[in-house]
Amino acid sequence: MIEIDQLSKHYRAPDGRITEVLKSISLQVPQANITAVVGPSGAGKSTLAKCISLLEQPSAGSIRVNGSDLSRLDGEALRQARRSIGTVFQSSALLQRKTAWENIALPLHYLGVVDRDIAARVGELLDSVGLSHKAKAYPGQLSGGQRQRIGIARALALRPSVLLADEATSGLDPEATVTVLDLLKKLRDDYKLAIVLITHEMDAVRQAADAVAEIRDGQIVQYGVVKALLAQPDSLLGQRLFPLAAQASDAELLLQLSYRTDVPVASDWISRLSQQFGLRIDLLGAHVEQVNGLQAGRLQVGIHFQHERVPLARLLSQLEQLGLVASVAGSVLPLREAV
Amino acid sequence: MSVSVISQDTPWPEIPALMLPALGETALMVVIVMLFVVTFGGIVGVVLFNTSACGLFPHRGINRVLSWIVNMGRSLPFLVLMAAIIPFTFWLTGTTIGIPAAVVPMIAAGIPFFGRLVDNALRELPGEVTAVGLVCGGSRWQIIRSAQLSEALPAIVAAVTLNLISMIEYSAIAGTIGAGGIGYLAVVYGYQRFDNHIMIATIVVLIALIQTVQFLGDRLVTALRHPQGTSL
Repeated sequence: MIEIDQLSKHYRAPDGRITEVLKSISLQVPQANITAVVGPSGAGKSTLAKCISLLEQPSAGSIRVNGSDLSRLDGEALRQARRSIGTVFQSSALLQRKTAWENIALPLHYLGVVDRDIAARVGELLDSVGLSHKAKAYPGQLSGGQRQRIGIARALALRPSVLLADEATSGLDPEATVTVLDLLKKLRDDYKLAIVLITHEMDAVRQAADAVAEIRDGQIVQYGVVKALLAQPDSLLGQRLFPLAAQASDAELLLQLSYRTDVPVASDWISRLSQQFGLRIDLLGAHVEQVNGLQAGRLQVGIHFQHERVPLARLLSQLEQLGLVASVAGSVLPLREAV
Repeated sequence: MSVSVISQDTPWPEIPALMLPALGETALMVVIVMLFVVTFGGIVGVVLFNTSACGLFPHRGINRVLSWIVNMGRSLPFLVLMAAIIPFTFWLTGTTIGIPAAVVPMIAAGIPFFGRLVDNALRELPGEVTAVGLVCGGSRWQIIRSAQLSEALPAIVAAVTLNLISMIEYSAIAGTIGAGGIGYLAVVYGYQRFDNHIMIATIVVLIALIQTVQFLGDRLVTALRHPQGTSL
């Protein structure tokens, strides 16, 4: 596991002014877990990535991998420490003049592993990322997704316990993004890796992350476990994960609904509710998708009472039985959320 | 009173007998010089890049001093440099004429030039190249050799080509101090004796030589840039 504790980083400009880029960041990523760090450009994600991959030394705080503090090392000890953290870069950063095989073998060569063992390990890694047939290909002959998978294989060559994926899916097409994220999830499960996924794409978080931390102005402003956020989609982070744009409506009652995580939502809940209470239900907005194998959703509906007005408590209770947690929307204006 | 110039052109059939040994001398000079220039200029370039802020061992002081020395070496025209370092050349070689005396200023001019070209070649690399070496746990030497220099090889070969052409040119200038080679032939026969045939032959040989070096260099750069194969 990786534990980041009170990590700060500042830079001193030539005129003596100090710029604080990271301010007391604390984050823990246990084994077999993918924690996403999201945030806008300039929030400090890249600096955090450099500190985690030990390319930058923090100004204060510590980075512990399996209990050992790696933040104050230099020389040979720093080289050794870097091997315990696999790093995947945004553009895969494969060496263009080396084949896929040679790129993956690079950390093993640096370590002085004998050729026979290198061949066995590289073969194993190529197999695990599904690219055994591309061993002799140069980066220029691979697609973006394939290059990123080779980058992941290289990061895993020395069997690290922590993997840092720094914007690993940025710039990839949707299909390649899914492949890379599926691979990360497989590696998390197969090798019990602690994976830090630095990204600005909420899609990647929804598809792969177990937990998510939002960084702004060098600070973690929100943190949540994705499964818990499914149950609280109206929380600030939940709203970022499940953005919902709803239409305006002249309905008598506006309800915000979210899927319960403990019971499945009845697929015919709208018709059942309409028939039972004589309602007209307008679906004003919906965000429904599978997250980590669970159905997650946020909806906004407008309710028109055709006959008599049903007591609100009864309506909410019935919705809950159908698998939906409901609350009355405070306003008839459409909800607008930006990620 | 009019001055008449008596030209004694070497007959064409006799030119190869003069030109071939001269070509050999030029080749010898350039090869010796390039061995030193690539070795020491390469080291200068690697140190320049890696002592800069984006290098492996940033050191502002070393970087500034080295950069200043390199710029100084590049600011002097070759003829001036050759004359200026005559005492040093004499101390080193015991002579101020001939191939040994020409080789010293050529090396002195070539090292800073090649050093700056290597520095530029390394600067052109994406920043991740060095970062990849670091996160893979490489030592400084491993990263320089198998990441930086290996990735910059096409640009470095282009720099060698450029430097080689400059050295051929300098070897011709060095003819003025009796260095031998094509330059000497051009100065003694073409200039001092008004031998038009030798002058024409020298120009043709120099043009052919430079074109050949540039053509081969370009092909090699293309092949190195596209190791997966390309239609050359």
